[in-house]
Amino acid sequence: MTFVPHTEAERREMLARIGVSEIEDLFQCIPASHRFPTVELPRPLSELEIVREMQHLADDNLDVGHIPCFLGAGAYHHFVPAIVDHVISRSEFYTAYTPYQAEISQGTLQAIFEYQTMICELTGMAVSNASHYDGATALAEAAIMALSATRGKRNRVVMAPTVHPEYRQVVRTYIQGMGVELVGDEGLGSNAPRTDVEALIEMVDEDTACLMIQTPTFLGEILDLEGVAEAVHAKGAILVVVCNPISLGLLKPPGAFDADIVLGEGQALGNGLNFGGPYLGFFACQEKYVRRMAGRLVGETVDTEGRRGYVLTLSTREQHIRRERATSNICTNQGLNALAAAVYMAGLGRCGLAQVSQLCYHKAHHAAEAISVLDGYHVDLTVPFFHEFVVRCEKPVADINRRLLYDYDLLGGYDLGQTYPELAGHMLLCVTEMNTADEIAQLVEALEEIAR
Amino acid sequence: MAVKVHPDCRYTKSHEWVRMEGEHAYAGITDYAQTQLSDIVYVELPEPGDSFSQGEIYAVVESVKAASDCYLPVAGEIVEINEELEDTPDLVNQDCYGEGWFVRILVEDPDEVEDLMDAEEYRQFAEEAEEEGAH
Amino acid sequence: MTEPIIYELGAPGRCAARLPDLDVPRAELPPAPLLRDDLNLPEVTEGDLMRHYVHLSQMNHGVDVGFYPLGSCTMKYNPKINEDMARLPGLVETHPYQPEETVQGNLRLMYELQEALKAITGFTAVSLQPAAGAHGELAGVLMIRNYHQSRGDTQRTLMLIPDSAHGTNPATTAMAGFEMVELKSDNRGNVDLDDLRAHLSDRVAGMMLTNPNTLGLFDENILEITRLVHEAGGLMYGDGANMNALLGITKPAETGFDVMHLNLHKTFSTPHGGGGPGSGPVGASPALAEFVPGPIVYAEEALIAEDEVDAENGNGNNAADSPSEYHRGTWYSLRMPPQSIGRLKSFYGHFGVMVRAYTYIRMLGAAGLLEVTEAAVLNANYLQVILKEVYPLSYDRTCMHEFVLRGEVEEAPDIRALDISKRLIDYGMHPPTNYFPLIVPEALMIEPTETESKRTLDAFVDAMTKIAEEARTNPELLHEAPHKAPVTRLDEVRAARNLILRWQPDGE
Repeated sequence: MTFVPHTEAERREMLARIGVSEIEDLFQCIPASHRFPTVELPRPLSELEIVREMQHLADDNLDVGHIPCFLGAGAYHHFVPAIVDHVISRSEFYTAYTPYQAEISQGTLQAIFEYQTMICELTGMAVSNASHYDGATALAEAAIMALSATRGKRNRVVMAPTVHPEYRQVVRTYIQGMGVELVGDEGLGSNAPRTDVEALIEMVDEDTACLMIQTPTFLGEILDLEGVAEAVHAKGAILVVVCNPISLGLLKPPGAFDADIVLGEGQALGNGLNFGGPYLGFFACQEKYVRRMAGRLVGETVDTEGRRGYVLTLSTREQHIRRERATSNICTNQGLNALAAAVYMAGLGRCGLAQVSQLCYHKAHHAAEAISVLDGYHVDLTVPFFHEFVVRCEKPVADINRRLLYDYDLLGGYDLGQTYPELAGHMLLCVTEMNTADEIAQLVEALEEIAR
Repeated sequence: MAVKVHPDCRYTKSHEWVRMEGEHAYAGITDYAQTQLSDIVYVELPEPGDSFSQGEIYAVVESVKAASDCYLPVAGEIVEINEELEDTPDLVNQDCYGEGWFVRILVEDPDEVEDLMDAEEYRQFAEEAEEEGAH
Repeated sequence: MTEPIIYELGAPGRCAARLPDLDVPRAELPPAPLLRDDLNLPEVTEGDLMRHYVHLSQMNHGVDVGFYPLGSCTMKYNPKINEDMARLPGLVETHPYQPEETVQGNLRLMYELQEALKAITGFTAVSLQPAAGAHGELAGVLMIRNYHQSRGDTQRTLMLIPDSAHGTNPATTAMAGFEMVELKSDNRGNVDLDDLRAHLSDRVAGMMLTNPNTLGLFDENILEITRLVHEAGGLMYGDGANMNALLGITKPAETGFDVMHLNLHKTFSTPHGGGGPGSGPVGASPALAEFVPGPIVYAEEALIAEDEVDAENGNGNNAADSPSEYHRGTWYSLRMPPQSIGRLKSFYGHFGVMVRAYTYIRMLGAAGLLEVTEAAVLNANYLQVILKEVYPLSYDRTCMHEFVLRGEVEEAPDIRALDISKRLIDYGMHPPTNYFPLIVPEALMIEPTETESKRTLDAFVDAMTKIAEEARTNPELLHEAPHKAPVTRLDEVRAARNLILRWQPDGE
């Protein structure tokens, strides 16, 4: 099935109109030696067969619908209300492209405008863009934006070691050709697994474009941002904060602490786990940086009859106009993922998001307290955390996770030794509203038995 | 369409003007430049105290369809910027040689100004550019 | 037709989603200075919310609504089975950090998609990491940079880019720390070979070329171009935005490209989503294969333990370290290629998009993909041969999957491409790409795609012909168009001068 509609008669008629006799005649411009190569692919499948084939692949997986999941570390299992998928399944949304023609894209444009509004509310910031590819690329764009906002005169970026390890790798990939010095994340320092914010601030000097920190950190700790922006600004640098959007149902947003750029992974807002993507990176900044911001922006205006309408605006920052002097090469946003996030935020609303946030908080604390009293495990309950916490284990984490999986049908935590050598033997557990009291009890009991 | 010039200004080939007043100079973009850009929506200016050499990019002017770099016509230190432009960038469209000025410069070498085109030379230059653009 | 902002539809206390009560004891909250007071999100019922978004959707034009000949974007029909497969819980309700043995199905899908893309393009390695075309482009340019650096060839800082290139090419070049050098096109729309020769040196890192280019023309000198660039020590970057013209027709790797991104959302029928998510995998020649972004999926023959995790019947009887039996099979794992430029995003790419593209490729097979390109090129040439009698065509030769007209009408000097575009909206069609490529004045870039019938194409011809007539007889009709859209032309100057980027309640 190719979805090509032509009948043989129509094909002949069209070829005749063009003035050629065979379809091959249209490809004379391709060097003859390289024309019509053999392409080795499996035989075509009917729709019925592809369904079977894909189900067969799915059967080789274990999905979180069938096993309690205590894994987070940047991708979170949350409840997604039914309405979210119903809205993003409207093909007027998903079969449209970037809203270049505003008059017939008001649906997409207004939806983004509303998304921008809700992200501003959530983060406490003045301006939000239409989203980036994911949290990691949003952070890379923030670094580039900070370098540009300090007019290329500052060449150093200070990044906390407790920013998501993959985000830190992505920042390095992005800036590798820019001659920028990246410091701060070499090791966790003596406070591990806590983050030494003071030490990071100390590293910000007159050549530093920005300080980039994450709260709650990758290791779960909620950082107190009081005074951080002030200290960073005193050096003429910019404060970039990565945060978890669900935590903002409970916690004071970074905007209230004068952060300059606030961003994060928006997956938790109404987007499924999807084995890592597509997600969306939300990105918000103070008003004074709006023209430095990469990515799409929707603005309100009026039509010739004075009716309210929406357009893509400030497009002169973008690659198709500014070319090599553009703020970034990004062309699109994650339109459909941002739509899902908007429907989720509007659906849960003022009370609902706070409720999700509280459910995560209390359940995670319940689990942490229960695990902290078990033999063979240590949890530092003095560290303020949201829905993820570090457990020091006396047995190797890989062994514990294997037993949780094979003997107890539980998806265990993230093995921190993989990315932080100094945290070998430490596990990062995540608890969300999806985990019932029963599941938490199962986990605690399983851990207890495994330690014996 | 005739190209408007100001008799007291000197001009660059990239369509900036500069006008000396004592040891200071005012600078902005020409009528030809603002016409080409059409409705100007934003002017990004440097900060007072910044120094630039002659021909260095010191500002960016944006319309809906284009963003264009502006090159400083003479070397010097920026002593004042036109803050009015922040809220009313269309001053550049309305009065580019007057209220739509960009910056005031403490000029390093006034001789640099003398090397630029005078009003009549620039008028010819811009009219030729306009004619070429029409093709 | 306008729709209120979602906030305007709300009333205090409403909520469209209900969550369970807390089933564990409450813990002590963090100190008050860390807590927020209020979160101003909409308060609406589920019914109001659904109606709001249905109304918004009705203000959109999509491929499922009508013809969408937006050049360079390949707005083909998006098969519905793709959507269903991308919602199979067994595939997508999986966490990216799950143990490898619990996601073998996903990894196999990714591996087979890598293999299929290699077969289609002729490349040696494929990475599915990049999130979109521009992201793949960044990958490709960084790969070229790292290749030269790994050989100590550090003076190569120039990137050659034809004047017909996408605007992303210069932007990407700058991000990767290269300097761009623009090359001219000749009068047949090919790269000017003399200009190319004049710019080649040991400072050239490579060349970025879209082939077929943005005029929809296949560069007739492609083999000579790639030979010259290689001879000078440079590498060829291919922009695969136009791959819909080449399926089964020619393999880019075999014409001399070293790295190229593909757009799964263009060529392989995954929906554009109102501007994303896309997916921009990169393919690489042997020289660059080890530099692709990672991780990517590797397959190897291995002994695999029999005891599977069975969540429904799990009873905890199996000892973890002593699986009872083994069988020989293929094991899939994620690894970083040896000299990878690094990670381009978190996790492994847009898996949900890969599921759709994989479904499509498996349904079409090699013969189907060839048929796609043949029909796409047939449709474009059919429109071109008729419409060049109505609007000027700058480069009059057989086109590939798209072509570029000039939006100019004799005897109607005030009519611009934009006016023609806006009037097309009144005929129920999405306008072509406007003002691009820059080398054609008043460009209208038309890409019909293969999924449009002759009947639709004829309707488009009729509309374009009528519009040319209207331009002569009633130009105001075009200047004031569209007349039948939810809104009339919007004031972009006002939007940019007086920035309103979020909703505020009245009086704030």
